[in-house]
Formats: sequence, structure tokens, C-alpha cells
Amino acid sequence: MLIGHQPKEFLLAVEALTVSFDGFKAVNDLSFYVEENEIRVIIGPNGAGKTTVLDLICGKTKATSGSIQFRGKELTKMKENEIVKTGVGRKFQTPSIFEDLTVFENLEISYPRGRTVFGSLAFKRDAVVMDRVEEVAEMIFLKDRLQASAAELSHGQKQWLEIGMLLIQNPDLLMLDEPVAGMSVSERAKTAELLNRIIKDRSVLVIEHDMKFVEDIAHKVTVLHQGQILSEGTMDRVKNDPKVIEVYLGH
Amino acid sequence: MTANRLVNRSDLIGILLLAAFLVVVLPLCLDVFRLNLVAKYLTYAFVALGLVICWGYGGILSLGQGVFFGLGGYCMAMFLKLEASSVENTKIQSTPGIPDFMDWNQITSLPFFWRPFHSLSFTIAAIILVPAFFAFIIGAAMFKRRVGGTYFAIITQAVAAILTILIVGQQGYTGGINGMTDLRTLKGWDIRPDHAKIVLYFVEVGCLFACIFIAQFIRHSKLGRILVAMRDKEDRVRFSGYSVANFKIFAFCTAAIFSAIGGAMFALNVGFMSPSFVGIVPSIEMVIYTAVGGRLSILGAIYGTLLVNFAKTSLSESFPELWLFGLGGLFITVVLAFPNGLAGIWSDYVAPRIIGLMTSRKSKPDAGWTDKSLADGAPAE
Repeated sequence: MLIGHQPKEFLLAVEALTVSFDGFKAVNDLSFYVEENEIRVIIGPNGAGKTTVLDLICGKTKATSGSIQFRGKELTKMKENEIVKTGVGRKFQTPSIFEDLTVFENLEISYPRGRTVFGSLAFKRDAVVMDRVEEVAEMIFLKDRLQASAAELSHGQKQWLEIGMLLIQNPDLLMLDEPVAGMSVSERAKTAELLNRIIKDRSVLVIEHDMKFVEDIAHKVTVLHQGQILSEGTMDRVKNDPKVIEVYLGH
Repeated sequence: MTANRLVNRSDLIGILLLAAFLVVVLPLCLDVFRLNLVAKYLTYAFVALGLVICWGYGGILSLGQGVFFGLGGYCMAMFLKLEASSVENTKIQSTPGIPDFMDWNQITSLPFFWRPFHSLSFTIAAIILVPAFFAFIIGAAMFKRRVGGTYFAIITQAVAAILTILIVGQQGYTGGINGMTDLRTLKGWDIRPDHAKIVLYFVEVGCLFACIFIAQFIRHSKLGRILVAMRDKEDRVRFSGYSVANFKIFAFCTAAIFSAIGGAMFALNVGFMSPSFVGIVPSIEMVIYTAVGGRLSILGAIYGTLLVNFAKTSLSESFPELWLFGLGGLFITVVLAFPNGLAGIWSDYVAPRIIGLMTSRKSKPDAGWTDKSLADGAPAE
């Protein structure tokens, strides 16, 4: 960076990030930057380290070296629940919801209030919470299923519920790991519609294999291969990059 | 919400039925000896209640609840023992005024950690705080490092074994294998005659209901739902912004405090405390009471405790050598066939029939009755 040049304020700055599992570098010297309100899609073949990158950002996996700055805060030193409080939300690949609770209770637990032990004992289900839960439930097409047990939902509905649980936290950075995997065609269309609605006013980091879906939503695409960046840029640029065609899109 | 109100109503009916059973039916039907036996059984019900919160809701299986039962019991017993060891009661000892077992072990002055137990208010505070502190240390050391499941259960077993060995080994300070016997008075009031036993029984039932209400409050608070959520998907709770370890520590400490109150009640009602209620075997028995009653049911755990103990007393009187096999068999049967215990049998088989009868008479569907709401709602016998 040039001296005197004012660095641009990135929402998320990942720099020289490396993690090794018993000597195997799943992510190797990775650097990328996400701007405010940007939708970034990460693609790449299996084992490229896509999920590991999300794991590193949300604190599930600890980095071996490198830094992850979110709004100027260093995430690599923080615990998972502290990272959530700074405004990072993570959706897992398989639906990760509380099957023993109702849809309402799932959303209520995710509502960002009363997160300490005694705060949760004193937590009251007041009108503000109820309204917000209903508002989010409507967005995720589950308004009439609020009292249903989460275990009864279909696979697609479970995915939506988990997205809803993130939405209610109102994160500044939303990370989605294959949000449309395993969905039917109509569910896929509805999910795309949902995502297009919720990505306003926040940045989103998505891992996805469905190229049609990627093309629909991505501002910028990062292609990972063997823990490193193979190519980065707009969908058009990436699609025509010979390296990308060779390792990923070509087959 | 209507569903919510109905849950509370069915809970209330269950609590009233239990209250009627413990406060009216049992005292009227049983002689003092049998009532005192029930009092002894109910001391374990406190432990079972704690296990419902910790194991049933939080998914943290502790096989060392006897540790906390023992800590509470020993705190109470130390106070009672000191009162029973007044200078005039112990003037034949070489050092009058100290507990008899200390004198037998050539200890000539009261150890420093015994001295505060002259005060009843200190003792009551210690019954709550010592086990809570101990549980906090164990919980913080384990849960912050994400030790859980079987590993945690094994460690609690080890702690139970260690505490037993410590108590037995430090005979001069603890009374050793015999424990603390010959407890006589509480603030000058003799705890041994029949009328005192009846009073103590009601005091204990009062404490039990206080704990039941605390457990109900926890269960219906958001914290209760977070415990259930944690049992299911720990990571999702973590990534919803909660510190999972702190919630586990809370559940474990609550269970420890309930157990300790039970232990203190044991010392009062039974009149002694010994290491045989601290170790591995009693700790596992307490888990069995909870499993038989239904680990998700606050009231079920209490019925389970009473039922297993009644069975234990009557069967071990007639077939002493077979009882342990019977207990083992019962545990295996319950875990395999009825994972939710007696409360599960009630909510899955009995209650739907009763409700079916009631609704067909009233011909009004009652949407609020769900399996879960019934699990705690009614006696499971």
C-alpha cells in the first residue's frame, strides 16, 4: 500500500490466513477483502477449503497464523459467541436448528437479547420479541408454522428456519454454507427470492455449487483451489479464466 | 398464548396432586417410622430434581451427584455434631467439647474449618455455597475446555471416589467410615422423638416444593429452552451468541445446590451422615431414580425416587441378595423400553386416553395438550 494513500474501509479483511491440520494446509496464505453491502460467493472443487474459511471466520476453527479483521476487530483471538456479538452470523451446511423446540422458540432463542445466564432467566417474551419473530417468520415463509415443532419441518423449511435464526440477529456479515443444497426446484426459487431480500444493508459471504444461483446473486466471486485463491473477480471474468475452467468449471 | 397457559395449568394440577399426596395422604396413611422412611427417600428426590435440570434438560450426565449430597449433608451434620458435643455431654473425653470421633483420634482441639459451624446461619449458607462453589470449579474446569458427555461422567465418578477416600481417610476430622453419628438437637430442639420427625418431614416437603418451583421457573424461562437447545445442537447455541460453558456451569451448579439441600435434609431426618452416601454407587442409584421417573419430568423424578426406594426397601427386606440385580434390570428396562421413564408412559399411554374420554364427553378439541406439556403435568403412577 502506498504511503499517504488512505486505505479503503473494508468490512472484512482476511490477510495471510493459514490453518494446518497435522501439517496439511487446508487454507494456505489466503487473503481477501469484503466490502460493505457486498455479496461474495466462494466457489471451488471439493476440499478446496471453502467451509474451513467460514469456520475460521466464525471461530469454529482456530487459525494457525494470519489475521481476520472485522470492522477493525481481530476475530482470530475471540470466542465464537463474542464473534457473533460483533455482528457475524453463520449458517451451517446441514440445517442446524433445535428440533426439540418449536419454530417460535427457535427464533426467540436467536433474538439478540438476554444472552447471559441471568439475562436469559429474566428474559420476557414481550411484544417487541413477538413482533420481530412474526416478522422474520413471514420472511422465511413459516408464519403459519410458528407453533410447530422444528423437527416436523421439511428439509427446505429447516434451511429457511436457520436463515431466519440468523436474520433475527441482524448481523452485518452473513455467512451461508450451501443454502440451496438439497432443495427442490421451487424451494430453490423461493430461497433465491429470500436471499435477494435479506442481503440488503449487509454483506453476505456464500459458498455455493449451483452456478445458476451464483450468477443470480454474486457481486464478486472468489475461486478457491487447494486452500489458495485461484481467481477472483466478477462472474464473467472468473468464468472465462482458463485456470478456473481447467480445475473447476470445465467438468 | 393459549398453549402456554394450558401447559401451566397442567403443571399446576400435577404439583397440587403431588402436594396432596405428600402433605395429606402419606402423613395420614403411614406411621411415624414409615413416614420417616419417606422423608429419607425424599432427600434423594432433591438430587433427582437436580438431575432433571442438569441431565434431562442440559444433557450433562453427572455420575457424581453424591458428592454434593454429601457436602450438604456433612455441613448440616457438622453443625448438629458440634451442638451434640457440648462440654457437659462430652466431659468423659480427654478433651471435652469436641466431637467424640476427634477425641478417639487423639485430636485435642477443634480444627479451624469446624469452628464456623457453631453458627446455624453460617451452616445454612455453607450448605448452599460450598457445593455451588465446588460445582463451579469442576464445571468451569471441564466445560470451558469443552469436556462433555462420557468424559464428564467419568470425571464426576472420579471426584465421587476421591471425596469418599478423603472422608474415610481423614477419620479424625470427618468421622471416617462411620460418618457422623449421634446427632441430637437443632438449636436445643431434640430432632429424635416422633413429633420432631413429623415436623422435619413437613419442613423437608416445604423445601422440596421450593426447589420444584425453582426448577419449574428455570424450565419455563428462556434459559430452560436454551438448555434443551444446547442438548440438541451445541454449536448452533454457540453461534447464536451464547457462551455454552456458562449455561452448563449454571445447570450443574443448580443440580449441586438441590442435591446439597437434600443432603442437609438427610442429616436432619435420618440423624447421621456417612461416606456411604457420597460414593459412586449411591450417585449412580440417584441417576437411576431420575431415569425411572423420567429425566425430562420434574415431578416424574420425584415419583421415580419414591417408587424405586419403596421397591428397594420392600424387596431388600425379603430378598436382600437379589435387590441389586433387580435395580440393574429395572434401569436397563427403562432405558431400552421407556427412555422417558414413568412420565413418558404417563404422557404417551395414560394421559391421551384420559383426555380422549374427557374430550369425547365435552366434544371439544383441546389443542394445547401436547406430549411435552403432559410430561410434567401429572403423577406418573
